[in-house]
Amino acid sequence: MKKTVAYTGNEAVAHGMKQLNPDVVAAYPITPQTEIVQIFSTFVADGLVDTEFITVESEHSAMSATIGAAAAGARAMTATSSAGLAFMHEVVYVAASMRLPIVMPVVNRALSAPINIHCDHSDTMGERDSGWIQLYAENAQEAYDNLLQAVRIAEHPDVLLPVMVCMDGFIISHALENVELNDDAFVKDFVGQYKPDHYLLDAENPLTMGPLDLFDFYFEHKRAQAEAMRNAKNVILQVGKEYGEKTGRSYGFYEKYQLDDAEVAIVVMGSTAGTVKAVVDDLRRQGQKVGLLKLRTFRPFPNEELAKELQHLKAVAVMDRADSFNGFGAPIFVQTRAALYDLAQRPKIVNYIYGLGGRDCDLSQIGQVYSDLQQLAQGDGTGEIVRYLGVRE
Amino acid sequence: MATLRELAQRPERFTGGHRACAGCAAPIVVRQVMAALDPEVPVVTANATGCLEVTTTIYPFTAWKGSYIHSAFENAAATISGVETAYKSLKKQGKIPDKPMKFVAFGGDGGTYDIGLQSLSGAMERGHDIVYICYDNNAYANTGIQRSSATPKGASTTTSPAGRVIPGKPQHRKDLTAIMAAHNIPYVAQASVSHHTDLMKKVEKAFNTTGPAFINVLSPCRLTWGTPPEETIDIARQAVNSCFWPLYEVEDGQWKLTYRPKEKTSYIDWLKRQTRFRHLFKPEPKQEVLEELQAEVDRRWKRLLQLCGEEE
Repeated sequence: MKKTVAYTGNEAVAHGMKQLNPDVVAAYPITPQTEIVQIFSTFVADGLVDTEFITVESEHSAMSATIGAAAAGARAMTATSSAGLAFMHEVVYVAASMRLPIVMPVVNRALSAPINIHCDHSDTMGERDSGWIQLYAENAQEAYDNLLQAVRIAEHPDVLLPVMVCMDGFIISHALENVELNDDAFVKDFVGQYKPDHYLLDAENPLTMGPLDLFDFYFEHKRAQAEAMRNAKNVILQVGKEYGEKTGRSYGFYEKYQLDDAEVAIVVMGSTAGTVKAVVDDLRRQGQKVGLLKLRTFRPFPNEELAKELQHLKAVAVMDRADSFNGFGAPIFVQTRAALYDLAQRPKIVNYIYGLGGRDCDLSQIGQVYSDLQQLAQGDGTGEIVRYLGVRE
Repeated sequence: MATLRELAQRPERFTGGHRACAGCAAPIVVRQVMAALDPEVPVVTANATGCLEVTTTIYPFTAWKGSYIHSAFENAAATISGVETAYKSLKKQGKIPDKPMKFVAFGGDGGTYDIGLQSLSGAMERGHDIVYICYDNNAYANTGIQRSSATPKGASTTTSPAGRVIPGKPQHRKDLTAIMAAHNIPYVAQASVSHHTDLMKKVEKAFNTTGPAFINVLSPCRLTWGTPPEETIDIARQAVNSCFWPLYEVEDGQWKLTYRPKEKTSYIDWLKRQTRFRHLFKPEPKQEVLEELQAEVDRRWKRLLQLCGEEE
């Protein structure tokens, strides 16, 4: 039976973790993720889960212990934010390269310096080439749904890659929303029991993991890893469809909102999509053909699919809640722009970097973006390609 | 403990054919540790990045007959704590057979005294049922012999070279065994590759202890120390007899000397045999420096005797 509750994003994710009942969780506190492991530790203390909880002394050890547990044959999880994810960086790569299907909620927060506890995507963008699948949520419901699907995606034999389940710090993690929960039995059945083919605790079939791998084999292993990320595309779609059939909430690589007949559109990821939808509704009422593509899957990047969805537009604005400091554009923009390259006729495309360090992105800012797009659609040239939104210049 | 004859008949858990240098003590340490284990009980090994790892697991080969994991340099303790916790969880839930299994981590001094100290300290404090073995060869040997906090004062390494102004490493070494004892874990010991019976007794105790155990093993590196390969065991023995590397254990807080040299030999004589200290003797002996080094060994030995209740 389905149940609707008022939960914060952190509560929804912690509840999802309880339903997943992982064998091992190793975690360390960091704002704004702390609450997840705090709530989860009460489930452990009250005997509501079978999980062995490792209260590690750092995020580096959180990921290291999670790697050890997953390699041993356990369904293992951790969770983090910002500096914690950055501190893990080295072993984030190890987890993916050892092909361990670890699921990790990441509550997005800006990176230092200056220190800032609020939302932007610079932390997970810093791990975008680590070999992890990355799913982003618009709200607490999606964070919860993504978490459950992540386990299936990660553990699929064609994939065997870890997944970051990303949600915006404070905006989602600490805001109370209605969340429709699946019942425990459904979740248990949906994810099933984790049965790895090879694991350290298999005393009959011992194995060596993480060997020295030189120029004669390393490249083949990396090639296989790249293929797994490509395979993940099909699996993400299959799992999202199956989840939808069973819960009424389907998922793909992205959500289209008033996009098919739109002339101009925004591409955005995370909670800002909700704000964009409100503006789209308003402008549509005024007769403007505006739309939205909310990206859910940043890794693997749905390259061909995005090109197909965006090709009919006159102008596209890609909004990034992180900068890339590459002297040009931010991560989603650069990749989306590249995705359009093979089109015979390409829309104009510009980048808006916004909301860094939790800077509020309000209706008027989004309204400004659409108004800029309308001008772009009508005029010649593109003007400034990379723009900053809501900042004092 | 099993007799030497019995030990020799135990199946090897660590094969030959690996690519450690001739005269490297680390594989000898591993064989002694593995031989001390109950042959019926499987063991999972975690290994920090280092000589032992790169010489024993060159893909597609492995020298480890049991399960083995290497993840990174600084996290062997955290990694094995994850493996051990998975065992606990899966066993409790009936997902794996309810059979005993042991968990050991190996790290060199760089991976243990320095970059892995936090991870080690955390794992020990959390009380995992694991054994951590440090093979201390006094330097970052794998990267080409840089100084670590285990390098003795005065040793010339590639990052503490003996120069015209600075005569090798300026600092005394960190006392990691005492730091581990300060964690108040059930079992801490210091052992040497030269004293295999003593080492294996300690390993047996460590594995039979519930909770974390730590053993620091002196493991000469011919390249670091500048000694002939055939003298590995002998130079380690002399380190013990000079009281640079005393053999002792700390069991439930009780310090105990497990070997007392009949005659405490000169530390300076031990230094003389190793090219890493050559600059302290040539062109002429730097008497003042040598005396200071000897005094520090004497001071630490005296303090250890007090801790062990062997001296007021």
